[in-house]
Amino acid sequence: MPIFSLVPWVVLIPVIGLSINLLLGRRLGEAFSGALATLAAGGSFVVAVLLAVGLSRDPHPVVVPFVDWITLGDFSARWAFRVDTLSVTMMLVVAGIGTLIHLYAIGYMHADVHHQGDPGRFTRFFVYLNLFIAAMMILVSADNFLMLFVGWEGVGLCSYLLIGFWFEKGKDGIANARAAKKAFIVNRIGDFGLLIALFLMVANFGSLDFSVVFEKAPALAAAAPGVLLAMTLFMLLGVTGKSAQIPLYVWLPDAMAGPTPVSALIHAATMVTAGVYLIIRSTPLFVLAPVAQATVTWVGALTAFFAATIALGQFDIKKVLAYSTISQLGFMVAAAGMGASVAAMFHLITHAFFKALLFLAAGSVILGMEKGHERAHQFDESGHKSAGFDPQDMRNMGGLRDRMPTTYWVYLIGALALSGIPPLAGFFSKDEILHAADQYHNLVFWILLLTAFLTALYMGRQLILVFGGTVRTRAAGASTENGAIILLPLILLAILTVLGGLINFPGLWTLDHWLEHTLEGLPPAVFSPLTALISVLIALGGLGTAYLVYLVTGQVIESNSPDPLERLGFLWKGIAARWKVDELYEAIIVRPYQRLAHFLASPIDQGLIDGISAGLAWLMQFFAELLRRLQNGFVRSYALVVLFGVVAILTYVVLVR
Amino acid sequence: MNTIPAEYYLILSAILFSLGILGVLLRRNALVVFMSLELMFNAGNLAFITFARMYQTISAQVVVFFVMTVAAAEVAIGLALMVEIFRTKRSIDIDQMNSLKG
Repeated sequence: MPIFSLVPWVVLIPVIGLSINLLLGRRLGEAFSGALATLAAGGSFVVAVLLAVGLSRDPHPVVVPFVDWITLGDFSARWAFRVDTLSVTMMLVVAGIGTLIHLYAIGYMHADVHHQGDPGRFTRFFVYLNLFIAAMMILVSADNFLMLFVGWEGVGLCSYLLIGFWFEKGKDGIANARAAKKAFIVNRIGDFGLLIALFLMVANFGSLDFSVVFEKAPALAAAAPGVLLAMTLFMLLGVTGKSAQIPLYVWLPDAMAGPTPVSALIHAATMVTAGVYLIIRSTPLFVLAPVAQATVTWVGALTAFFAATIALGQFDIKKVLAYSTISQLGFMVAAAGMGASVAAMFHLITHAFFKALLFLAAGSVILGMEKGHERAHQFDESGHKSAGFDPQDMRNMGGLRDRMPTTYWVYLIGALALSGIPPLAGFFSKDEILHAADQYHNLVFWILLLTAFLTALYMGRQLILVFGGTVRTRAAGASTENGAIILLPLILLAILTVLGGLINFPGLWTLDHWLEHTLEGLPPAVFSPLTALISVLIALGGLGTAYLVYLVTGQVIESNSPDPLERLGFLWKGIAARWKVDELYEAIIVRPYQRLAHFLASPIDQGLIDGISAGLAWLMQFFAELLRRLQNGFVRSYALVVLFGVVAILTYVVLVR
Repeated sequence: MNTIPAEYYLILSAILFSLGILGVLLRRNALVVFMSLELMFNAGNLAFITFARMYQTISAQVVVFFVMTVAAAEVAIGLALMVEIFRTKRSIDIDQMNSLKG
């Protein structure tokens, strides 16, 4: 269908946008570069919609070749775009959410660059954001694993650049740069795994094209199941890096150092779901390796539970959402591992809606708190800001329901959707995953159910700490609602969150029918009223517990006062300290590695290697010093030397020979 | 006819050549060095024609003509250089021409 030849434009439009912004953005001003970047993301979305319309008429997968890229003997990799229902669904999510977040970022970054004191960086932010959209589009539209890897690395680069956007800020002026570096390095470990998987594919299949790999996979599974298992497990390592799963999830909470739109777009809605996309895309491989599938499921389920416990003990509004994201990604990965690809995709989409909403609303709260803080301390005798104030600390908030009503309502919608309250989007998708887990393994089901309870509990806690109760600080008291450009994307995302369940409404199964053109051998979609009932009761139980602990029995929490949950004793200590995982990694990996690097640097490199080269240089200098005496500038002495030479040679010729 | 033995010519040639070498090595005036060089050329020429006479061959005599031509050209270039050096340094003492020493 001719409409599919538009597909390169999903990548090219953001590239054009970022090029113009890169060259002219600073000169043309904030309004221009913000609008241009938003239009570029929007243009990508329009192309994705056109592709979706085309697919709705003819849902067969299409490959659109663009250019020949690498040809090496028998191996060749094309730059080709794949248009099928799965890739177009991802494009719609990325470009759709991306456009809304671009829009929001115009307002947010306007305030942020002034708050941070460097308005010149406004354009740079949108250049990075468009670059991210382009890289993510390459990732999801790739027709071979190599092109996918280019996008995979590209989004990692953008993540690094945007986490470290205020690289000179943060604790000691280096915390943001450290967070960016941590994300980059941890992701490198995962990418190493993905690269090994790609090498195994080239070695065994001689190609990286999806169609060739998936076609030849059954033969390999029969001949050498170990190789296929290794391939899928290395792929899983890549997924744990990009999608923040155990053991490589540690970078995501630190990544909250980036501006809030970045947290929403990259670290909640789109980039981190790349791993889930990779597993779903590679389902034909995973199906052939049941051990790998089981590993994926367990990694996902354990991550979901583990991160949810940590989320319960955080006071930073964005950190709670970060751990919640890890936990929800765990749900998706578990679903993908169980073969419930549609449930995973469904949850990926709805999660993109409500988690982007929650992050953007949290950004709105932070902006309101910053403004309130500035206003409250405007007339202080000292005049300067009190240094220790943290606008992201939930203990400093409270009672924002009346100060920021719109933000409160959209946050409530997002939180209820995340908790799984019907009829919001999160209920349907989480329910499908729980149903799949119930079919798959009892223990996984119970872990995920417990996680769902914790999810509702920590979201209830956050709602009450931020919006409920009474105002706890002067800053919170002076905070006000934000402008329309901040609120409009929130309202749109809230609408999507309310209606998102319709994408795969039980009985209609739109998403199932849409994706079955791409994914083969899907289990039939079933709605189980019992699972739904249990999950709703669990969610209500979590919210109710939060209500009891924090509003009814709990006293008003002052800044730095103990949390009511501290009665849990050592459990609270564990979750508040994030189970000391960072410290553990520091002790068993980072420190020994640094010591090794130090050893290699100091005695080996500076001592041995430098010694050899410095010694050689010294030797040459010594001989040169000796020889330069000969070059004394007196022609007659040269003549004498020539004479001696001639005499010596003649003597040799005459006497010896 | 009594001929002078060839050895005499060769001994004369050797003496002239040695005088040339001594002149090149010991004198500091560039013009004298030049003349000493000419002396060495001509010592060589003398040896050539002596051997030509001894072995009754023509090719050595041809070489002598070549040497004479090349020597004339060399003198022309050398003297031109000498004039230029004198103009800049007001001297043709070759020990003062040592700006390229190491």
